[in-house]
Amino acid sequence: MILDCSIRRRLGALDLAVDLTVGEEVVAILGPNGAGKTTLLRVLAGLEPIDDGHVSVDGTPWDDADDDVFVPPAQRPVGMVFQDYLLFPFMTVRENIAFPVRSRGVKKREARARADSWLARVDLADRADAKPGELSGGQAQRVALARALVSEPRLLLLDEPLAALDAGARIEIRRELRRHLAEAPGARLIVTHDAVDASVLADRVVVLEDGRVAQEGTMADIARHPRSEYVADLVGLNFFRGTAHDGTVTLDGGGDIVVADHNVTGAVYVAFHPRAVALSLRAPEGSARNRWSGAVTDVDTHADRVRVGVHGPVPLAAEVTPEAARELSLSPGRQVVASVKATEVRVYPA
Amino acid sequence: MFVLPLVGLLWKAAWSSLWDDLKTPAARDALRLSLECSLWSTALAVILGVPLAWVLARGTFPGRPLVRALVLLPMVIPPVVGGVALLYAFGRSNGLVGPWLYDTFGLQLTFSKTGVILAETFVAMPFLVITVEGGLRSIDTRYEDAAATLGAGRFTTFRRVTLRLLAPSLIAGIALAWARALGEFGATITFAGNIQGRTQTTPLAVYLLLETQPAAAIALSLVLLAVSIVVLVSLRDRWFGIGR
Repeated sequence: MILDCSIRRRLGALDLAVDLTVGEEVVAILGPNGAGKTTLLRVLAGLEPIDDGHVSVDGTPWDDADDDVFVPPAQRPVGMVFQDYLLFPFMTVRENIAFPVRSRGVKKREARARADSWLARVDLADRADAKPGELSGGQAQRVALARALVSEPRLLLLDEPLAALDAGARIEIRRELRRHLAEAPGARLIVTHDAVDASVLADRVVVLEDGRVAQEGTMADIARHPRSEYVADLVGLNFFRGTAHDGTVTLDGGGDIVVADHNVTGAVYVAFHPRAVALSLRAPEGSARNRWSGAVTDVDTHADRVRVGVHGPVPLAAEVTPEAARELSLSPGRQVVASVKATEVRVYPA
Repeated sequence: MFVLPLVGLLWKAAWSSLWDDLKTPAARDALRLSLECSLWSTALAVILGVPLAWVLARGTFPGRPLVRALVLLPMVIPPVVGGVALLYAFGRSNGLVGPWLYDTFGLQLTFSKTGVILAETFVAMPFLVITVEGGLRSIDTRYEDAAATLGAGRFTTFRRVTLRLLAPSLIAGIALAWARALGEFGATITFAGNIQGRTQTTPLAVYLLLETQPAAAIALSLVLLAVSIVVLVSLRDRWFGIGR
């Protein structure tokens, strides 16, 4: 274990209370705006004090509210990539990367050499004398990454490193970032609000909501078993809370769902994919155990599928083909019957 | 209304004898003294004004609006009044701290070069403070955060990042303060007097020479005008938003 922290920080409307341990791995902090993700990174970098708790790295305390320990940011072996990179606009790319080496007392010549070797690693050797303003978003991100990594930090912090990029460049840059993150030693934390970024870049995901850890695990696990509306929305699942008894879940918001699993009882979460929902104009006679009639609320056409909101006893989203949507003439207000097979419904303890 | 006085000045100027007019002892002394005193007072304004601007921009203390108002006061009060105020603060016989300064350090500010510098600093420093404060406020402090995470201590961060980001405002503030110090008249003549070679700066000399040697007065005026224009032109980008 490298990073071990228990942080309490109140800042305006935010009340951050996070316990987190990170080893030799990439951890994504996933959460909505205002959840406290950036504040968490700033606390770890020493840019924000803690009200309570402690931060230690490799067993060395950096922050301890009880013992009055506080290591100033300049003395922490961290590398931080800020959301809009914050490259110094008046320095060249090479000077930017040499800056952390120079400020730690290394002679100019050697700092320059180390900057150059990192420039080569991020494929920017030919832009060494450019000013940050002349770089593309992807190049600026690589410079920011090189600048954060050149001093070989034990803790690498990345704040939304892909947010400033346009969609076209994103996929390629994300792949490259994954390579650099995988090669970097130490604990690596990446803040994002994008589930795909989290699953591509990180070994493990921590979901942060309202200043609290809402869920932890691999992205695949989190995506299968969301424990909050936020995560369910993010991965596009229908999600409900309810109480299970003998194969039926009574939802907190009203309505019942029949599930295949008879062993789970008590407070549960229920999730199923919109693909698992079939729509028809009359009650079907098939095997689907769950049938709800309701009115279509909205119809969103994507490339190869149509997402349909249905408001009935159990409000849900369904995904159908464009052909099916046409055949059923789905449009807001249209009465339909939504049916879901019990075997398609995942139920797990809350 | 703005142009006519300038035209008048240029029209009256004896261009052929301009150089000779500037070489008269009175004019030469005045120019040398003006240059020396205005540079000293600008330096003083930087040394005192930058920390003051820092406190006003970054500090959080209850009396801040009041302090800012006091700092900016010399910009709006009539310079003569400023001179009178200086006189009753630093005057050798009747000032608040003047007698003490003289008895303890043998320092006399009235009717001395130091007095000129003090008077010029008094009126010029607010220009520097307000410009630098504005510059400090417009700096994205996250650059300083970034520097800190990159291992730069407070001083290194200030020197290599803050100061660099502040440079345009600082240069503008210096130019404005210097131009104001160079043209200072009221406070100087009231507080430091009008002694050729000691406290008679260029504006004072212009006023005096207008009676006896109008050609020299006009020549000196042209020098001051030229300096003002140079300052204005060099600051145009910042002040009028051209080319930014």
